[in-house]
Amino acid sequence: MVENRPVLTLVSHLILLLGLATVALPLWVAFVASTLPQDAMVAGTIPLLPGDAFLANWGEAVARGLAKAGGVPVGMMLVNSLVMALGIALGKIVISILSAYAVVYFRFPFRMPIFWLIFVTLMLPVEVRILPTFKVVADLGMLDSYAGLTIPLIASATATFLFRQAFLTIPDELLEAARMDGAGPLKFFRDILLPLSWTNIAALFVILFIYGWNQYLWPLIVTTDESYYTIVMGIQRMVTVSDEEPRWGIVMATACLAMLPPVAVVVAMQRLFVKGLVDAEK
Amino acid sequence: MKAIKYGVASLALAATLGAWPALAAPTEIQFWHAMGGGVTGEKVVEYAEKFNASQDAFKVVPVYKGNYTETLTAAVAAFRAKQQPHIVQVFEVGTASMMAAEGAVYPVHQLMAEHGGSFDPDQYLDAVKSYYTTTDGKMLSMPFNSSTPVMFYNKDAFAKAGIAEPPKTWAELAEASRKIMAVKAEGQPTCGFTTGWQSWVQLETFGALHDAAFATKDNGFGGFDTELAFDAPPFTKHIADMKEWQKDRTFVYGGRRGDPNPLFLTGECAMLMNSSAYYGAVKDGAKFAWGIAPLPYDDSVIDQPKNSIIGGATLWVLQGHDGKEYEGVAEFLKFLSTDDVQLDWHKATGYVPITHGAYEAAKAEGFYDKTPGADVAILQLTRGEPGPNSKGLRLGNFTQIRDIINEELEAVWSDKKSADQALSDAASRGNDLLRKFEKTH
Amino acid sequence: MQKRVTFPSSPLPYLLVLPQVVVTLVFFIWPAGQALHQSLLREDAFGLSTEFVGLENFEDLFSSGEYLEVFGNTVVFSVATTALSMGFALLLAVMADRVVKGGSAYKTLLIWPYAVAPAIAGVLMWFLFNPSLGVAPWLLRGVGVTWNHYTNGGQAMALVVIAAAWKQISYNFLFFLAGLQAIPRSLIEAAAIDGAGPAKRFWTVVFPLLSPTTFFLLVVNVVYAFFETFGIIHATTEGGPAGATEILVYKVYKDGFVGLDLGGSAAQSVVLMAIVIALTVVQFRYIERKVQY
Repeated sequence: MVENRPVLTLVSHLILLLGLATVALPLWVAFVASTLPQDAMVAGTIPLLPGDAFLANWGEAVARGLAKAGGVPVGMMLVNSLVMALGIALGKIVISILSAYAVVYFRFPFRMPIFWLIFVTLMLPVEVRILPTFKVVADLGMLDSYAGLTIPLIASATATFLFRQAFLTIPDELLEAARMDGAGPLKFFRDILLPLSWTNIAALFVILFIYGWNQYLWPLIVTTDESYYTIVMGIQRMVTVSDEEPRWGIVMATACLAMLPPVAVVVAMQRLFVKGLVDAEK
Repeated sequence: MKAIKYGVASLALAATLGAWPALAAPTEIQFWHAMGGGVTGEKVVEYAEKFNASQDAFKVVPVYKGNYTETLTAAVAAFRAKQQPHIVQVFEVGTASMMAAEGAVYPVHQLMAEHGGSFDPDQYLDAVKSYYTTTDGKMLSMPFNSSTPVMFYNKDAFAKAGIAEPPKTWAELAEASRKIMAVKAEGQPTCGFTTGWQSWVQLETFGALHDAAFATKDNGFGGFDTELAFDAPPFTKHIADMKEWQKDRTFVYGGRRGDPNPLFLTGECAMLMNSSAYYGAVKDGAKFAWGIAPLPYDDSVIDQPKNSIIGGATLWVLQGHDGKEYEGVAEFLKFLSTDDVQLDWHKATGYVPITHGAYEAAKAEGFYDKTPGADVAILQLTRGEPGPNSKGLRLGNFTQIRDIINEELEAVWSDKKSADQALSDAASRGNDLLRKFEKTH
Repeated sequence: MQKRVTFPSSPLPYLLVLPQVVVTLVFFIWPAGQALHQSLLREDAFGLSTEFVGLENFEDLFSSGEYLEVFGNTVVFSVATTALSMGFALLLAVMADRVVKGGSAYKTLLIWPYAVAPAIAGVLMWFLFNPSLGVAPWLLRGVGVTWNHYTNGGQAMALVVIAAAWKQISYNFLFFLAGLQAIPRSLIEAAAIDGAGPAKRFWTVVFPLLSPTTFFLLVVNVVYAFFETFGIIHATTEGGPAGATEILVYKVYKDGFVGLDLGGSAAQSVVLMAIVIALTVVQFRYIERKVQY
């Protein structure tokens, strides 16, 4: 603190609390909604204090989930989401760090074409190319499989981009020293580059885990076997009922439940998350 | 993990051995539907299970594939990749697109003739049958869930304003709205009516009721060279009236599909025009006495309104599977149309009974005495003989056309366009899509 | 673009890039190529009849005033979302940087929205802003504003901007805070000794030093607003009323996935890909320059 101004500090706290309230409001509403009986949800402004249907809604969400509607138990959908999120996060990190390593530390024919080939994929979301991508996945017989759920979503260069940025900031002297010690490319990668990249890996893990966890349209279209349904799909399924009102209490209870794993990942890894990204950027 | 896998495998083996007399596992039939996690979804699964238990040659696997559009798109994508299901549930606006996809769909009349044995299309109500048959009476898809727009009204609010009967005509409705809004009391509505599915309720069904053509060539039944015709009276007058009514909140726009329902359920609007399928939603949500009435009509246009048209979905059978499987499909479709299933479906959901038998059975067991208003939808659907303007609609690219209509009507409600202007823009943009469809097929 | 010191050429780099190249070719370039091909065709949904129509799909697209309107909406939406979420996040980050006590508690709580799926965020916003059920319209009524985003295009735009910005505040906040904390205290103290008040110090010392972070976040936020907000719009306004909140990505989805107009939608995908490639090149140019400093 440069100087001590109690009034300013108080104002800061007030602004933070106000900001916090604004940011938290939607989440609070979700929680409140998960404690309300159905008729309280459609008959007037939704109250801001929890109701008395917490156990009923959460119980239904956890114990039966969609089983009644021929759906899958929530537990199974959570496991599928986890497999998908981990698959995408780990898969992407592995292929990205390898290709970034090659692009930065090697000079080889066709390096630039390969570089651009990878980087044009940087930003185009899967929704925009979903039908042709589906056809490819179907032709390869990857429908209804974890491979079909994850691999097509690994095809994007965001992670490669970040690793490349991080590698570019690593001093050249390290490589010179390593080569003088007679270290080969693989040894250099394992002993020097990888340890230096842990924070980047952690940061990317957070981003990609959340990206994978939150997918909706892709799992919906490539799965017909209920044992591959994910939790976000399950929530959408409860919301988009045809010609009736969704059961909001249960929907919101499931939504809260579905938020917990990614929130846990972000909160647990927040320090590494920022450090990894900021370092790569600078 | 491995141990568990072996365990499962040996269990499966045991199950197969146990079912030895059947010699083979039952033939699987994929049924993709759009009935979500509510009552409808539960019922679809229940029927599939019942069917599976009733015989052991076939096993129907119901798969939820999202809402109507997501289900249709998933099926289309799957067909292109040769992974299509046997049966897919398609909403009524997709009818023309499905019908035009000869080579992709297996018309139900043909399926029944080749694999199903006896099948009588006349068991269905005329208004249901007419929407899904060719002009020479051949049934293309299997009716399953059908609804029709009705008017829900707040009886308490009507009583406070001293009105005994729900309005029959639009003039009466405007009058009643003013009376209701004039009563200043806690909880009294401050809005007359709202409507969901505006294209379906206020244009398509409006046209049917008033025997006015929504599109030329018998609303598209006569050929792909149809053109939209709703940019003329009585449609233009009706939309202009609604715009006028917006000024004093006789009408309030509350969004697409079921989005306006809360306006009615919170008591803000006295009347709601929407699909009869929302019966259950209104029953669960309304904290006041309410009733159901037929949609109002304009008595300066027609003395006796015609039948309303249906919405909802039918089951289409897709090509590319073998004969044995189609036998199962035919069996299952017939099972879904039995009076028992249809009666149960009607009573559990808000969909109308689509067969004469189910309707008679509901009457016979006194269902409509116990649940007053549940028969309004079917009475409105079955009044009179469906004519060329009330058989239904058969327009290509209709999903997108409805979207355009939504957009243009919203331009009216947000004071960006006049009713005439918006409807003529909607018609010309819609016609472009119809021409595109015509060129494609 | 590359290290001055590198390993000599060998088969190894090819092996290293192989997985990514394969995945990119199979799941990106191949489908993108099909989209390109499809944009020149007129096809029915089931793929039963196909006709080559040249650039007709593109002509249809650009001759309709609608598409230009969608472009306009996209710009308004992206600028507003970026400004709102970055401005708000910066304010909070500056405050969090000031306070000694409770800083990490604020941080932990403020990052929650980042973990919420767009599809779920949309549903939450639908509730919060529903004209007859929502808390926000109820509060607004208190100050004399009638909220109905179903008929008011401006309010609908405000709704999707708020919803999209909300999701992004956490991310921006974390980066701004890290950026602020990296600024040497001595610089700020020196300014304070020169008699600069907190506001002046912020604008003359802190803000310029934050510019790399700000620029990075600008790129991230614009990309986010352009391409990743489709779920939010889908769950709140569906592009309405009267197309007021329809943006480019949403239109591709709507025409292709909902309307099954494959040619028209593919043409839009091609336009989007062109934009993406242009953005990528611009971004690389800037960042390359920065790295050489």
